[in-house]
Amino acid sequence: MAFISSGYNPEKPMENRITDIGPKKYDQFYPPVIAKNKGKWLYHEILEPGVLVHVAEGGDEVYTVRVGGCRLMTTTHIREICEIAEKHCDGHLRFTTRNNIEFMVDDKSKVDALKKDLETRKFPGGSFKFPIGGTGAGITNIVHTQGWIHCHTPATDASGTVKATMDEVFKDFQDMRLPAPLRISMACCLNMCGAVHCSDIAILGYHRKPPMLDHEYLDKICEIPLAISSCPTGAIKPAKVEWKGETVKSVAVNNERCMFCGNCYTMCPSMPLSDQIGDGIVLMAGGKVSNRISQPKFSKVVVAFLPNEMPRWPSMTKTINQMIEAYSKDARKYERLGEWAERIGWERFFDKCELEFTHHLIDDFRDPAYYTWRQSTQFKF
Amino acid sequence: MKHETPLLNQLESGPWPSFVSDLKQQAEVRAKNEENIEFQIPVDAVEDLLGVLELSYVDGTTHWKHGGIVGVFGYGGGVIGRYCDQPQNFPGVAHFHTMRVAQPGGKYYTAEYLRDLCDLWDLRGSGITNMHGSTGDIIFIGTTTPQLEEVFYELTHKFNQDLGGSGSNLRTPADCIGSSRCEYACYDTQALCYDLTQEYQDELHRPAFPYKFKFKFDGCPNGCVASIARSDLSFIGTWKDEIRIDQEAVQAYIGGEMPPNAGAHSGRDWGAFDIQKEVIALCPSDCMKYEGGKLEINNKECVRCMHCINVMPRALRIGNDRGCSILAGAKAPILDGAQMGSLLIPFIKVEEPYDEIKEVIENVWDWWMEEGKNRERLGELIKRQGLQKLLEVTGVTPDARHVQEPRSNPYIFWKEEEVEGGWDRDIDEYRKHHQR
Ligand code: HEM
Ligand code: HEM
Ligand code: HEM
Ligand code: SF4
Ligand code: SF4
Ligand code: SF4
Ligand code: SF4
Repeated sequence: MAFISSGYNPEKPMENRITDIGPKKYDQFYPPVIAKNKGKWLYHEILEPGVLVHVAEGGDEVYTVRVGGCRLMTTTHIREICEIAEKHCDGHLRFTTRNNIEFMVDDKSKVDALKKDLETRKFPGGSFKFPIGGTGAGITNIVHTQGWIHCHTPATDASGTVKATMDEVFKDFQDMRLPAPLRISMACCLNMCGAVHCSDIAILGYHRKPPMLDHEYLDKICEIPLAISSCPTGAIKPAKVEWKGETVKSVAVNNERCMFCGNCYTMCPSMPLSDQIGDGIVLMAGGKVSNRISQPKFSKVVVAFLPNEMPRWPSMTKTINQMIEAYSKDARKYERLGEWAERIGWERFFDKCELEFTHHLIDDFRDPAYYTWRQSTQFKF
Repeated sequence: MKHETPLLNQLESGPWPSFVSDLKQQAEVRAKNEENIEFQIPVDAVEDLLGVLELSYVDGTTHWKHGGIVGVFGYGGGVIGRYCDQPQNFPGVAHFHTMRVAQPGGKYYTAEYLRDLCDLWDLRGSGITNMHGSTGDIIFIGTTTPQLEEVFYELTHKFNQDLGGSGSNLRTPADCIGSSRCEYACYDTQALCYDLTQEYQDELHRPAFPYKFKFKFDGCPNGCVASIARSDLSFIGTWKDEIRIDQEAVQAYIGGEMPPNAGAHSGRDWGAFDIQKEVIALCPSDCMKYEGGKLEINNKECVRCMHCINVMPRALRIGNDRGCSILAGAKAPILDGAQMGSLLIPFIKVEEPYDEIKEVIENVWDWWMEEGKNRERLGELIKRQGLQKLLEVTGVTPDARHVQEPRSNPYIFWKEEEVEGGWDRDIDEYRKHHQR
């Protein structure tokens, strides 16, 4: 493994240095039919799950076949995507915000061959490489984060929980039977790199034990004032600690005030909090970001804790299924999950989804909590 | 395979694409190395990655160490250091850093360009990516420190392509598909996203902010990139004039010749389309009526929620006087609870060179950089100092659009200059008429 230089010279880092050129400009990648009709699209139609047609003012058409993808993706897989794009789409493709891949062709006659090609490609383990779907009133791909594959703060895995969930709801990825689109998102800790707080259903990794204190190293590795000020609840204070016969500068945590956000760990590696038993899953529901009919809404916590059950998280997928089925049966056409819950009332939501309401679901975090308590005698028995 | 992965293997079955199968195929390709690539990081990196992930599945915790400061010269963002906490068992991933590569707007690609990236990452990295990271960037997962400058050099010199953002700076802005393929787009999301990304390269690569800052661009109120929930400044397309109606197409929907909602509900028999029930009654501002075979919209009362347009895309179209609304301060729960974007500018034209928009951005930044505490997101500063303050620093005239409802507490902070005669009064003069 000899080192190959690209031409970069560490002795003179500024020599020929190019910086701040930004991304490639978007329009050099447009398929010709997109370039030609940009801003002139008249309407679109979903012909079948995963297949869209967009029609331009001048009559041009673009047919899009949308397929699910893992956001964790190897170059081998990307090369296969490229091969498909070259075979069917003159070498063009795009990715969607939710990690789907879209293959576009400019003529209806090209769609069938493309679809057939996509459907027949499978991994040796049996899963589809390019399942077609993810449109309309169904379930599209899950936006998610890193999890155990590559991050230092997760309380659960991301790719695994997503695979387990998408396998369970796969039928709805390839169907459009729901009252409205249903978006599932996943984040493996409260940082929510994948931001799940406005999804119809959100899977969130959560810690339940306060940080451990690595007194021996804490003062050497961390800025104690930074660790203290990082805590949103003021649970951390400076402390002198006896450690193996020596007095060391460290911190003390008021465990009762800790809400396990992990922010201290972000600032100070000597305060890890992950734990086999303590960590698990929170489920949230009823959020949305679109302004359609009702205003955007945050997701609400509906299950305070489920254990990590590797590799397929059966309690989690079962609960998600319960919510989807109750919603599907009961909601009106065009009604998002959160709109349905608000119409029937959250007390009824818990009945219909067969979820238990526990004291953990009553907000007690600062001011906004008050606005979530009921100040009325209007409620349902 | 180098490591047994009985738990992960169970994720190979089922219909959804298996990331485990994909990683395994990658491990094999690297082991065989038919292309004779002189891998610059360990050949077995992918096998060790599977091994360490399996270990996490066994013991329920992560095995990545916290942090590690690495980067490319002169940049404060774009690279995230990552080290395994079991390097002796998994030497291939002992050092396994992330590089964020700025993505093209709309995430359109050519196969040729993607292959170039693959070639580069096969040689100098693990060959594992995220397409895409949550912020939008192309994410290269897994390389060692000596490769960072080399990757950067090749990206900039060969591919005319830069790194994205990380750290306390502007994160790589992201947009929806917009007018490139969506008839609902009220402005060119890609053009605005690209222009601002270029304009603010310095802010993107050199952390000077209290914390991260995100721009996201939605072409219309449907919000397909979720900008209202996840960006400090959210640009959402909208219009001010009338929804354009094609009455003939309305009839075609009523007659069942065109599928409602562009076919999005075709998986179930919802019965015949009922314009009264499905459109008129659901309009949140109750501003439509259907009489005498004609659909009428009282556009002055429309809140542009998109519902009627979504249901009948061939009959109803967005207006012609288009621009965007700007909302400020969305963020995830850390630290002070989740926040949605709050309306700052109800309507602004989106026209090159976007000077008006840039003025808003720079005023917001000036205030936030002056007043924001370390790790305080814009939304938290707005909460701390008030929306009024944001309006003041951006020179926006407050109006009823800025609130859901007016305040319900009368604790109004009047400023001295707003009160006639000021605040200074003479206590002796007062005492002449009021005994102690
Ligand atoms: C429904 C579609 C959604 C998608 C595709 C989506 C995707 C993402 C992505 C990719 C991120 C990464 C962070 C970033 O790039 O800014 C993110 C962050 C975020 N998302 Fe979402 N999200 C969606 C909905 C939501 C929902 C449901 C929430 C709840 C989390 C939400 C709120 C946020 C917030 C608050 C952040 C981080 C905000 C911050 O920057 O602190 N978005 N979302
Ligand atoms: C204290 C707060 C946070 C910490 C310590 C943190 C840490 C990290 C780390 C270490 C990574 C890199 C993982 C890797 O590539 O190996 C990451 C990725 C990311 N974070 Fe955060 N994060 C924080 C908050 C957030 C929030 C609030 C968002 C909101 C959206 C966010 C968005 C992202 C995104 C988009 C990525 C890229 C992930 C990807 O798609 O690969 N982060 N974060
Ligand atoms: C022709 C292109 C598109 C059209 C016409 C379109 C239309 C819509 C519509 C009508 C909604 C409805 C929201 C609702 O019923 O509440 C929506 C939401 C959404 N779309 Fe799209 N969309 C398009 C493309 C995309 C693409 C390519 C993506 C990314 C994969 C995307 C992601 C989303 C997301 C994440 C939402 C969720 C909003 C929420 O959570 O409330 N859309 N879109
Ligand atoms: S959500 Fe948390 S655990 Fe997951 S990638 Fe982001 S910072 Fe890491
Ligand atoms: S985990 Fe969060 S709440 Fe608990 S001590 Fe750390 S910073 Fe404070
Ligand atoms: S946000 Fe609006 S303009 Fe953008 S893709 Fe979604 S529906 Fe189209
Ligand atoms: S866009 Fe929404 S508010 Fe406006 S007329 Fe249509 S349904 Fe009503």
